Amino acid sequence: MMTAQTILSPHPEEPRSGVSKDAPARSETSFETKPPASPQDEGCGETKPAYNYAYLDEQTKRMIRRALLKAVAVPGYQVPFGSREMPLARGWGTGGIQITAAIIGPDDTLKVIDQGADDTTNAVSIRRFFQQTAAVKTTEATDEATIIQTRHRIPEAPLNPGQIMVYQVPMPEPLRKLEPREAETRKMHAWAEYGLMQVKLYENIARFGEVTTTYDYPVLVNGRYIMAPSPIPKFDNPKMHMSPSLQLFGAGREKRIYALPPHTSVKSLDFDDHPFRIQSWTEPCGLCGAGDSYLDEVITDDHGGRMFVCSDSHHCETRRGQGHRGAMLADASALHLVEETKP
Amino acid sequence: MYVAVKGGEAAILATHDLIAEARRGDQSVPELSVAQIREQMGLACARVMNEGSLYDLDLAALALKQAQGDAIEAAFLMRAYRTTLPRFGSSEPVDTAMMAIRRRVSATYKDLPGGQVLGPTYDYTHRLFDFALMDTPDVMVGLDPTISGQGTSSTNASGDARVKPEHDARALDATMPRVPDILGAEGLMEAEVPIEGDPRPFDLTREPISFPAERDVRLQAMARGDEGFLLGLGYSVQRGFGGNHPFVGEIRVGEVSVEFVPEELGFAVDLGDLTLTECQMVNQFAGSKDVAPQFTRGYGLSFGHSERKAMSMSLVDRALKAREFGEAADYPAQQDEFVLYHSDNVEAAGFVEHLKLPHYVDFQGELELIRRIRREREQRAASEQETLPEAAE
Repeated sequence: MMTAQTILSPHPEEPRSGVSKDAPARSETSFETKPPASPQDEGCGETKPAYNYAYLDEQTKRMIRRALLKAVAVPGYQVPFGSREMPLARGWGTGGIQITAAIIGPDDTLKVIDQGADDTTNAVSIRRFFQQTAAVKTTEATDEATIIQTRHRIPEAPLNPGQIMVYQVPMPEPLRKLEPREAETRKMHAWAEYGLMQVKLYENIARFGEVTTTYDYPVLVNGRYIMAPSPIPKFDNPKMHMSPSLQLFGAGREKRIYALPPHTSVKSLDFDDHPFRIQSWTEPCGLCGAGDSYLDEVITDDHGGRMFVCSDSHHCETRRGQGHRGAMLADASALHLVEETKP
Repeated sequence: MYVAVKGGEAAILATHDLIAEARRGDQSVPELSVAQIREQMGLACARVMNEGSLYDLDLAALALKQAQGDAIEAAFLMRAYRTTLPRFGSSEPVDTAMMAIRRRVSATYKDLPGGQVLGPTYDYTHRLFDFALMDTPDVMVGLDPTISGQGTSSTNASGDARVKPEHDARALDATMPRVPDILGAEGLMEAEVPIEGDPRPFDLTREPISFPAERDVRLQAMARGDEGFLLGLGYSVQRGFGGNHPFVGEIRVGEVSVEFVPEELGFAVDLGDLTLTECQMVNQFAGSKDVAPQFTRGYGLSFGHSERKAMSMSLVDRALKAREFGEAADYPAQQDEFVLYHSDNVEAAGFVEHLKLPHYVDFQGELELIRRIRREREQRAASEQETLPEAAE
């Protein structure tokens, strides 16, 4: 997967006819003189720069792969890496994008989801980015994908060996809310000094009767490192445990990479008398009738009307294709959330 | 079969068209050229070059045009472009002592070798609108007629009394020593010597930073840091959230040449000129039993004419030296992790603005929890109500 790179465009190390090189030299007291018009003003057509396959240059990909190898070797440990400026905003998935760019090849099939759905704005934007820069095949079908880049969800369908999950991570440090200084949290991880986290969970229980963290719920990886699973709902935490797929986590702004190799123990933190539990709903999905998937709430009117639908849009559609029908399918059709197609 | 209605992609493409339309504005008004922005919005270009970490006036002007004048968005465009550029090496250090001076002022000496050179500055203008700038005549407007006018009767062809003034044509002194160097010759100024072996400076665009951060990392981070953020931090140091009371030793603005030694040649080749602003602050002295008291230095350097940025940077640079001088780091401006992590406006804007992205999965988790806690609380209250009267009896 990491070999067989097709170079679609000139390597960035080769000189390219960038705009800046053609700019006129400025005189020593440039504020007094008026240099000739810049190339942009003359409408030069040949100055459009070419980008490397999957945007990043090969040196950078190599650096990221090294960080990935280290991350896989030490599950749950946050590896600092030289995160690059990306043409998408920091905080909008640049960590995940850099990982995907470093591992993707022309033979891959990419699925991008945000909130479990393929058609949310950020997922569409990132999918287009790889269609344009890596000429890669994309899919919405979870089982067809070799790489699944995600924000905030793990698909409902079990993942297969050989599939790679790439998580977009905003805050890689699970202890950050307890200790703002990076120099301190690195020491706490080094010494596995996690008492502070246990105290925080205990205080939660003392105040509210249960742990009130609903997403980005901290996990203990391989019995060693406490890790932030990224802001997936705690509903998805059990799916990470002993998963046959490789799971990679990228935090671009915070410049950290970490990983879960296949078949790694991932335990959500809890207490013997307050065991970890996941979210549950009193009604099934309104569209496909699934009773075991994570549901989003859709407000249907301003009189308190609402319905619950699967957050994993592909899962929901697959079930509807199999003939499952939720109780509110007709309402959803009226709201233009779904439309009936002729078979 | 029912399939989900997916309008995401079409809607996203439509936003691209709408922003292009909004950028152009009223089509009856002539379009701005990149050259106009470069020449007439030079200070905005300087800010974009600083925060975009790329010295290229044309690209800065293009970025401003493309971003409708949004400085942070423009800096973002510069950053995303610069990261794709090949690197062929590091230049020789630029020598600001050899700067071709446009402006040079010192607050610590009334006069000094080379003199005070006021140059172009808004410092002594009255902030009154010059309504003549509303029109677009051929003549150069904005000049003060009481200074530049050659008597009230002399008007030029277009009837405007304001003509280009005769600048003091005398050449500036060839040597303009930097004020901290003058103090340094007397041993009064903290010396700036490279660390052991003069290693290549850290490059925070290629490697992740760790803390405590060394000075090369701090200065680099501040050079690309947000002007407003550093201004606020610098101000906080002055007002009391920090203990420094500096003098502006010197601010100098002008051109320096950049030299590069190609390996195959072995001697320096001049690559061109950069316009730089350098500020050196003279701070209260430090000393010990073994070291005689000396003034301490705060340093700021920025692309283009950007004095506010360079001054803010030099205030925070000095504040961040707290550790080196054994001072308590009680305030934000003295804490490297706070300053370095939060001064990068492209990162900060990305994370703040990502809150616009869908979060309904996580929000649903919160909704499920808060509803359940409230329900359980009501049930508990109800059962307590039933048992209470008996307890009272």
